Amino acid sequence: MYDPALLVDLAIFVLSLWVGFEVISKVPATLHTPLMSAANSIHGIVLVGAMLIAVTANNAVGYILAFVAAAFAAMNVVGGYVVTGRMLKMFRKRPTVPAPDAQAVAAANGSPEVRQP
Amino acid sequence: MSTPDAFDTVIQLIYVLAASCFVFGLHLMNNPATARRGNQASTVGMIIAVAATLAVIVHGGVISATGWIVLAAGALVGGAAGLYSARTVQMTAMPQLVSLFNAVGGGAAALVAIHDYMQAGSSVSGTTSVFILLDVIIGSVTFSGSIIAAGKLQGVITSAPVTFPGARFINLALGVIALGVGGYIIASPSLIGLVVVLIAALVFGVSMVMPIGGADMPVVISLLNAFTGTAVAMAGFVIGNWALIIAGALVGASGGILTKLMADAMNRSIPNIIVGGFGTGDVAVSGGPGAGAGVRAIQADDAAIQLAYASKVIIVPGYGLAAAQAQHGVAELADLLESRGVDVSYAIHPVAGRMPGHMNVLLAEANVPYPQLKEMDDINPEFPRTDVALVIGANDVTNPAARRAGTAISGMPILDVDQAHSIIVIKRSMGHGYAGIENELYFDPKTSMYFADAKTALAELTSAVKTLVG
Repeated sequence: MYDPALLVDLAIFVLSLWVGFEVISKVPATLHTPLMSAANSIHGIVLVGAMLIAVTANNAVGYILAFVAAAFAAMNVVGGYVVTGRMLKMFRKRPTVPAPDAQAVAAANGSPEVRQP
Repeated sequence: MSTPDAFDTVIQLIYVLAASCFVFGLHLMNNPATARRGNQASTVGMIIAVAATLAVIVHGGVISATGWIVLAAGALVGGAAGLYSARTVQMTAMPQLVSLFNAVGGGAAALVAIHDYMQAGSSVSGTTSVFILLDVIIGSVTFSGSIIAAGKLQGVITSAPVTFPGARFINLALGVIALGVGGYIIASPSLIGLVVVLIAALVFGVSMVMPIGGADMPVVISLLNAFTGTAVAMAGFVIGNWALIIAGALVGASGGILTKLMADAMNRSIPNIIVGGFGTGDVAVSGGPGAGAGVRAIQADDAAIQLAYASKVIIVPGYGLAAAQAQHGVAELADLLESRGVDVSYAIHPVAGRMPGHMNVLLAEANVPYPQLKEMDDINPEFPRTDVALVIGANDVTNPAARRAGTAISGMPILDVDQAHSIIVIKRSMGHGYAGIENELYFDPKTSMYFADAKTALAELTSAVKTLVG
């Protein structure tokens, strides 16, 4: 029953869960959709698993599984990263065309948070 | 495969590096100013991991020519489909797309386990069988469940809860089949047994999501996101790959947190949402404009006067804004008001829309700067100092009945819209929200109802304000 490799995998899994909770609980609500989309792209890592299927596949069923898995995972990875990037590009701190009354804009933007680096 | 050597060590270290990029990328997501760099860091991690895997395949040297062709063709087809959908999707349709990516991710994870099981044959160990089963079950439930969720969000499948007598019995039977047959094949490996589990899990995914109403979708998408991550982590256990285990756990944690936040924002438990059958989805409830006594209707001109001469306006968007594609209209009105010196901000309830943060993305698309988007706890103290609260397509999240015991939404955190000096509600009819109850806000003497589609109403308001201020 003692399986050191499995125990290492389990330890990595549990610690990664905690790291995930720590890191993600700091994400503000305004970014929740991009966050979910980013998480979506990250689970596209399953592409690595799909690629390894193609190595050992040696019959028609195996090749079909490899093809479908590779297609699913590639769609996940490519689509996930592109759409997340597209979304994040839209988040602006200020309007691109400054409003005539700069004071009103400044008041509306008045949260004392981080400045654009 | 060759015996473990320096090459394998380097590959493992590269996977750890890739996983570190994912963690760092998610860390940068905690601020809109750095979030884009976060996505780039995560992309780099993914490229590293895929490149390392290619190196493994070449180094191993056992892949057949057919294997290469199949892999390249699959990646090309999938990559093209992903690129096309990501480039062309409308921001209002983001929930569907995210759901679709959950589906393919979970599906791919299940396929990895199935293939591994086929290869191992009867030599598969008991522990590996457990992870294969978990991967197949979670991955398949995610696959079919996410497709149903995407169909509901797209409107291909009714967003109203679909329930029928005996539904719970069927779910129970499916659970018993999956666990019973699963337990059996851990003891004595059987591919047919795994296929039975697979089918039971696929059907379960459908029967799990069908009874859930449209307004509960933020919770469902978050939960399915967590499932996908877990399935990918299980696939990592099956093939012994750290990158999959770490990445899967990160996504599982992310989906788990969002699920909890969404359920809390509705004051409902996750099991209660999954059992489903709650609410009416997006189906318009009958009751023409002006129905119901004690409601004050308002026209564009009067509403425009209130808005133009206010000093502080809070806009409260809801799913109706997304459904009417009215995000640009509201931004135009807000810009116009701001140019007159009106202080405009947006109050975003956590479950407004069909996925976490849905409203924020729509308004970002319409060029609204994110500091203007305020979270519930930050904006609530500002309502008593607000001249006009403009509610657009939001319903239950503004209902003061939530503060009293004994209503369908009691205890749900709401936006304190009723504390504003006056309230204008843009709404197509007096129809109920998903909770199926009257919104007491509409009967408040301070409230005026503007009966129109959100897009039309905002265009009328904008032109009325323009005429007014000339």
